[in-house]
Amino acid sequence: MKVVLRNLTKKFPSRDKKNKADVIAVNNFDFEIPDGKLIGLLGPSGCGKSTTLNLISGLEKPTEGQVFFGEDDVTGLPPEHRGIGLVFQNYALYPHLTVRQNILFPLENLKGKDKLSKAEMLEKAMEAAKLVQIDELMERKPGELSGGQQQRVAIARALVKRPRVLLLDEPLSNLDARLRLQTREEIKRIQKETGITTIFVTHDQEEAMSISDMIVVMKDGMVQQIGRPQEVYDSPANLFVAKFLGTPPINVFQGQVKGGTLYLDKDPVLEVSGAADGPVCAGVRPEGFLLRKDGTLGCELSGVEVMGRDISVVASNKASMMPTIRAIIGAENLAEISADASQVRFCLKPNKVFLFHPETEERILFEVVK
Amino acid sequence: MQKNIQKEKQSQSTGTTLSPNTSRKAGFFRCFSRCKGWLYLLPAMLFLGFFMVYPLIDVFVYSFEEGYNSASQTYFGTGTYNYSYVLHDPYFLQALKNTFLLVIITVPLSTGIALLISVGLNSIKPLRDFLQTVYFLPYVTNTLAVGLVFMILFKKTAYSDGLVNLLIQWFGGKSVDFISGPYWAKMFVLCFYTIWVVMPFKILILTSALASVNRDYYKAAQVDGTSKFRTFMRITLPMISPMIFYLVITGFIGAFKAYSDAVALFGTDLNAAGMNTIVGYVYDMLYGDSGGYPSYASAAAILLFAIVLTITCINLLISKKNVHY
Ligand SMILES: Nc1ncnc2c1ncn2[C@@H]1O[C@H](COP(=O)(O)OP(=O)(O)OP(=O)(O)O)[C@@H](O)[C@H]1O
Ligand SMILES: [Mg+2]
Repeated sequence: MKVVLRNLTKKFPSRDKKNKADVIAVNNFDFEIPDGKLIGLLGPSGCGKSTTLNLISGLEKPTEGQVFFGEDDVTGLPPEHRGIGLVFQNYALYPHLTVRQNILFPLENLKGKDKLSKAEMLEKAMEAAKLVQIDELMERKPGELSGGQQQRVAIARALVKRPRVLLLDEPLSNLDARLRLQTREEIKRIQKETGITTIFVTHDQEEAMSISDMIVVMKDGMVQQIGRPQEVYDSPANLFVAKFLGTPPINVFQGQVKGGTLYLDKDPVLEVSGAADGPVCAGVRPEGFLLRKDGTLGCELSGVEVMGRDISVVASNKASMMPTIRAIIGAENLAEISADASQVRFCLKPNKVFLFHPETEERILFEVVK
Repeated sequence: MQKNIQKEKQSQSTGTTLSPNTSRKAGFFRCFSRCKGWLYLLPAMLFLGFFMVYPLIDVFVYSFEEGYNSASQTYFGTGTYNYSYVLHDPYFLQALKNTFLLVIITVPLSTGIALLISVGLNSIKPLRDFLQTVYFLPYVTNTLAVGLVFMILFKKTAYSDGLVNLLIQWFGGKSVDFISGPYWAKMFVLCFYTIWVVMPFKILILTSALASVNRDYYKAAQVDGTSKFRTFMRITLPMISPMIFYLVITGFIGAFKAYSDAVALFGTDLNAAGMNTIVGYVYDMLYGDSGGYPSYASAAAILLFAIVLTITCINLLISKKNVHY
């Protein structure tokens, strides 16, 4: 079931006495979520991710715009008639009911022609529990489960009615690092097995990148970019997206384009034909640096961190907007840095360098010269 | 104290070999840290023992001493005569009946009504704070003022029949004397008064209990298409069940101990009014016009104690199944 948002806007009335302007939590969202895909809604805290999810689930009514599930306009439909499954950030498992009762709960609400017999309900609950591999824990109370197990119960409860769309609001944020890795694989597997269109909210870019088929990057209620994770990473639409994706984060420099050449501080570092002359913000991905004796960019070396396969070179440069820049290079290049070196020189990989307008922060495209 | 002694010993024993001294010291500290909890509890336990446990035992002893004379502090013998007297005393039986009726009527009703009002309060936005204050007012109002309100509502005087009677007459009924009339009317007033007095506290507890239920549970239930009624029965009630249980237990105990409310409404001669309670009976046996029988009073008090204990145990047993912490 594809989900379509059309000019979706949600405004909250301001409670601030001085500033009467409404809070625009979701601003004119207009995109389509393809059927059977896992979509990550990604953005910093307060950017409107939960609100978007609530609009899709029907827990909030939009100020403007519509939501379609497939061809049906569901904008006016209350949540219970939309056929969605929702997993809350804190799971919201009923603490006084056992895992079995929690999973059965949505089924017991069915009325009229949808009503199931006790045996059918138990069978469906068991099926959902098996899918998330908690069928051994059916008689426990949520308080007696680990965070990861609770999370899976919450997913089972959301899946047991076979929803058309599954919505997950920061489902992993309560888990520790290891469990988070495990569980996100699990979510991906469950999504693949069921083929249910899934929308997944997170503020962790790594999480979103690793499991989503498509990510929607948001900021302050506005969509910044939509695309496949690698696409967005390789071609960010603006400085915000470039900064938000990637660990370690992108290095940002204040640069100058003169006659088709990018200058950082005084070093001419790259041919950027097609970019207009003037000041720019230049972003260089950490993996975009090549250690060369005759490199175009000179930096003060402040340290080298060895991380096994790769090494991370920490350096500083006058043009950098951050106090340090960080370059990730293959460990075999370690020999190129002498022990007492205070300077390093880099060449830049053209496809890892992005130029942005210093005010609008929009991307400035240029032709990569081979 | 003991620490000081230990120190003195230590200073005396300087020069002797170290090892036995240190091990003794360590032993003392181990003992001290083991008993520390009890030491902290000691003042409270002394206080409780003196003012609660000792009187309880004393009353228990009194209740088996036959023909006790408080002036000479003598008695004829021991036995269960006091109990048999009390259990055959029509005043006691009346008091027992009154108390049971009061408990059975007021505890469920007041808790139920308080729950309804709290749910109502919890589901409205405008005027909520105002209404909450209104419902809480009786709690901070002086008992005499409440009594006065009840006089105006129910009492028949030479000048008026009371507001309730006016209403009854207005609807074409016959006026009833609620204060010195038929038994059911008096019982009605007593129950009404009791419910009125305990309600604000219950509403306060229940509204805060309801407000503390995480909204996400309701959102989850809504997404699953749970009806309002089922949400209330399956989610809200279990979530606030510890608070309801607390109110029921304290409500039972409070109603069994009722006395002052009846006095406020019907005066001090409750036996004559037929509206005595068990605590009232105990009081009358001790200090009333026909009083001076501490043995009978003790027997009645022990009976009350046994009843309250039994009911509370039953409550606890029931709660094991239905209260979710
Ligand atoms: N009920 C509300 N009334 C007023 N403003 C609200 C309401 N709910 C959310 N907002 C505002 O809307 C904006 C978006 O909130 P939202 O909860 O969607 O953020 P989010 O992206 O989910 O953040 P987080 O990652 O912290 O959960 C915020 O600025 C928030 O203050
Ligand atoms: Mg959120």
